[in-house]
Amino acid sequence: MDRLLTVTMVLSLALIVVVLIAVRRAHIRVEYSVSWLGAAVILLVLSSERWLLDGLAGVLGIGDPPLALLFATFGVFLLVFYRFSLILSHLKDANIALTQRLAILEYHVRSQQSAK
Amino acid sequence: MKPVAGPHSLLVIIPAFNEEGAVGFVVGEVRQVLPQAGVLVIDDCSADSTADLARLAGAEVLSLPYHLGLGGCVQAGYKLAFELGYQYVIRIDGDGQHDPRDIPKILAVLQESRCQMVIGSRFLEGDHNHTSFLRGLGIRLFRLLLRPILGRPVRDPTSGFVGVNRQALAVFSRSFPLEYPEIEALVVLQRKAFRFQEVPCRMRPRRAGRSTITAMRSIYFILHVLLGVFVNILKYEGRRRKS
Repeated sequence: MDRLLTVTMVLSLALIVVVLIAVRRAHIRVEYSVSWLGAAVILLVLSSERWLLDGLAGVLGIGDPPLALLFATFGVFLLVFYRFSLILSHLKDANIALTQRLAILEYHVRSQQSAK
Repeated sequence: MKPVAGPHSLLVIIPAFNEEGAVGFVVGEVRQVLPQAGVLVIDDCSADSTADLARLAGAEVLSLPYHLGLGGCVQAGYKLAFELGYQYVIRIDGDGQHDPRDIPKILAVLQESRCQMVIGSRFLEGDHNHTSFLRGLGIRLFRLLLRPILGRPVRDPTSGFVGVNRQALAVFSRSFPLEYPEIEALVVLQRKAFRFQEVPCRMRPRRAGRSTITAMRSIYFILHVLLGVFVNILKYEGRRRKS
């Protein structure tokens, strides 16, 4: 149990460091780093504050706190992926609209040029 | 192509992706049948000479800088047609499967009926020759599914030979399904309380190239469209209305 908590704590810290470096190098935009940082902080707090993990296990009705930690990890990352699906869908819609608009504008420009 | 405002203005749109083997012939046929109509080929970022051959055959070409797939490609054509003021738009495939001699029939029904959409159906006169087993199965499934949703039967829900009037054009230029759009487009129309009609049309073998719909894709197609239909039924329109 203690080893699992330590590993989770180390992985959470590593995730925070990796994301902060990526943000600093402009590999991830700040607004998209929030989900990862939030997920990492939640896992860090759960793995470092045993009473919180026990409380979560009690709320979820799970007798085994490590199982509650795995459940929480799964839930947190599910939320992160869901958020990124929303962002991706929005970006795809925007890309399609922009591609169509660009094609139409190019069409108008070519039409005007050939009319001259 | 200049903006047009005539009450009978017609644009024939031909979405094309790597159709250099057929697009010139299709454009030539359309121009022969309807010399007064505008012909627009929407080139979905083809890697071959589709755009050049379409221009050579006398069509206007709308070239997409990225490959968008059929729905995005057709919607680009609808958007341009709407901006240019066309009253009627008829879409035919760029592979030569649709016979342009059927276009006047579709146009006449569009003009005379109060329908917003007219579908060129290959099944009204019993032609099943050019449909694979899986696709045929999918079509039967969608007929069953769409009947209660649309409140009436539709014989050929996957037909890409489709005419729309300006009302439907306004809707589709704002919202049009991306992949395999034909069936979902019917649901979009139904949600607007629009009407459609089917007219019998001939279907010919492809002039060149191969269909992108393989057996595996047919299964994906069925699942994708099933999901798309239900999503369109449930779709929340508030955000779109606001924008």
